[in-house]
Amino acid sequence: MEKKKIEISELRVRYGNKPALNGVSFDVYANEILGIIGPAQSGKTTLLKVINRTLEFTPGTTLEGTVKLDGEDVHTIGDVYGLRRRIGMVLPLPVGLPLSIYDNVAFAPRTAGLRKKSELDEIVERCLQQAALWDEVKDRLNSLGTKLSGGQQQRLTIARALSHQPEILCLDEFSIAVDPVTTMRIEEVLKTLRTEMTILLVTNLVQQAKRLANRTAFFLNGELVEIDATDVIFSDNPTHQSTYDYVNGNFG
Amino acid sequence: MNNTTHTEPGSARADGGSLFTETAIGRRKRWTENGVRIFFFLMCCFMILPLLLIIGYLLYKALPVLSFDFLFTNPKDNMRAGGLWAPFLGTIYLVIVSLLVSAPIGVFAAVYLNEYARDTWFTRIVNLAVVNLAGVPSIVHALFGVGAFVLFAGLGESILAASLTLAIMTLPVIIASTKEALNAVPMAFREACWNLGATRWQTIRRIVIPNSISGILTGVILQVSRAAGETAPIMFTGAVFYKAIAEGDVFAYNLMEQCMALSLHLFTISTQVPDVTAGIPDGTAIVLVGSVLLVNAAAIVVRVYLRTRKKW
Repeated sequence: MEKKKIEISELRVRYGNKPALNGVSFDVYANEILGIIGPAQSGKTTLLKVINRTLEFTPGTTLEGTVKLDGEDVHTIGDVYGLRRRIGMVLPLPVGLPLSIYDNVAFAPRTAGLRKKSELDEIVERCLQQAALWDEVKDRLNSLGTKLSGGQQQRLTIARALSHQPEILCLDEFSIAVDPVTTMRIEEVLKTLRTEMTILLVTNLVQQAKRLANRTAFFLNGELVEIDATDVIFSDNPTHQSTYDYVNGNFG
Repeated sequence: MNNTTHTEPGSARADGGSLFTETAIGRRKRWTENGVRIFFFLMCCFMILPLLLIIGYLLYKALPVLSFDFLFTNPKDNMRAGGLWAPFLGTIYLVIVSLLVSAPIGVFAAVYLNEYARDTWFTRIVNLAVVNLAGVPSIVHALFGVGAFVLFAGLGESILAASLTLAIMTLPVIIASTKEALNAVPMAFREACWNLGATRWQTIRRIVIPNSISGILTGVILQVSRAAGETAPIMFTGAVFYKAIAEGDVFAYNLMEQCMALSLHLFTISTQVPDVTAGIPDGTAIVLVGSVLLVNAAAIVVRVYLRTRKKW
């Protein structure tokens, strides 16, 4: 069996009285791409926020159950900021910080305390290349990240998420504001990154999960309906009828 | 089969007009549209008219006395003649000292309320207090100042006591305007920073403050006009009817002593002193209004400059 990177057991999250996750348990293996599919309100984004503990910024949430990263409960990890840097997070809408392109990518290393110009230069170039953005911006690293086009900003966001050398990369519907050609370029990037890190790919495009994911999890109304090899989920006979209906576009 | 009748483009319509000739309805719409626009424009003119009249009238009346000396000599002959040096400098002292107190406290409190505070009973009370304090009449602040600073803190009637009273008065407005400026920075920027492992403080220092500083500064500078213009809060706490100081010496006042102030000076020479040289009250008003407008203009320049560097 492969090494378990993330172990989630009996995870329950409520926003006030509104349940978001109702007792979810599953494992994520090292160096796999796990596709997470499901309609809106099924708890996919909440799941990612629990893993890097940014759920704590949302007032009025209650949480039960455990999330372990390399066997260690994330909620007992002392250095929560270090924890967040072990996880790269890409949100649905591209957010270039109102800083230069260079400073965008150098932001996380700097907050972690890195000051040496040569090392920062090296990180910025490596991450922008990994995110397939380097060739387009290498001559204007000092111009504002917010002035890039939507697709470029999303690749900048990915470069930023890679800048703190995460072990896990979480992508939350990254292609929602990106054109199909850029989406394909980013997907190629993800395929090469798989060797270096574990990737959680939340997506509304079921075909994207089919193209990229080793395994796929189907969420519905805060429940994990089914998690299995992508081939099985997209076959004619997954375990649950609702999975079949969702991936074949019969609902959702 | 539905029964809608289609008209050919340009053909006769039900009301007899063609598409290219104006119909009665079209004409009425055009008249209403023009009428409404002119009405709103007139309202706009009515708003600006009093301001122009005030400044025009004051300038006309004050012109004979306005001069360099008017600003830099003390009042004399029991305030019937002379200049404005003592009250002018006093107002500057009051404004600067009060803002030195209220601006840092207000801005930092607003940062806490907007960036750190959770929705608890404590923050709700603070927010409620901010809203309500902003609406408290200035004479009430004056009485509080007498009790708290002049008597209880033992500052006596002094520039410090008057400035602290003004600070209490401007504080809630500075908190409110700073919160608004901070709130204008999109939440997505903060979330992006947190996801990168930044602390709240790192996020505030590198992203939130640099992108809201123009709004914060504008809010603070606009309080200069309130601090300079109010008479009630200072008249019991530190402003005085008459006090001669060294002309031309900007350090002539001691913070523990009383001072003159433009607003109170204008009030006394208009109502309490007989036979004041014509034009002096108007000149005082012009200096007060003029310096406030000058500061506000500076605020606009700062805002425009910072807006040209807006980053998203």
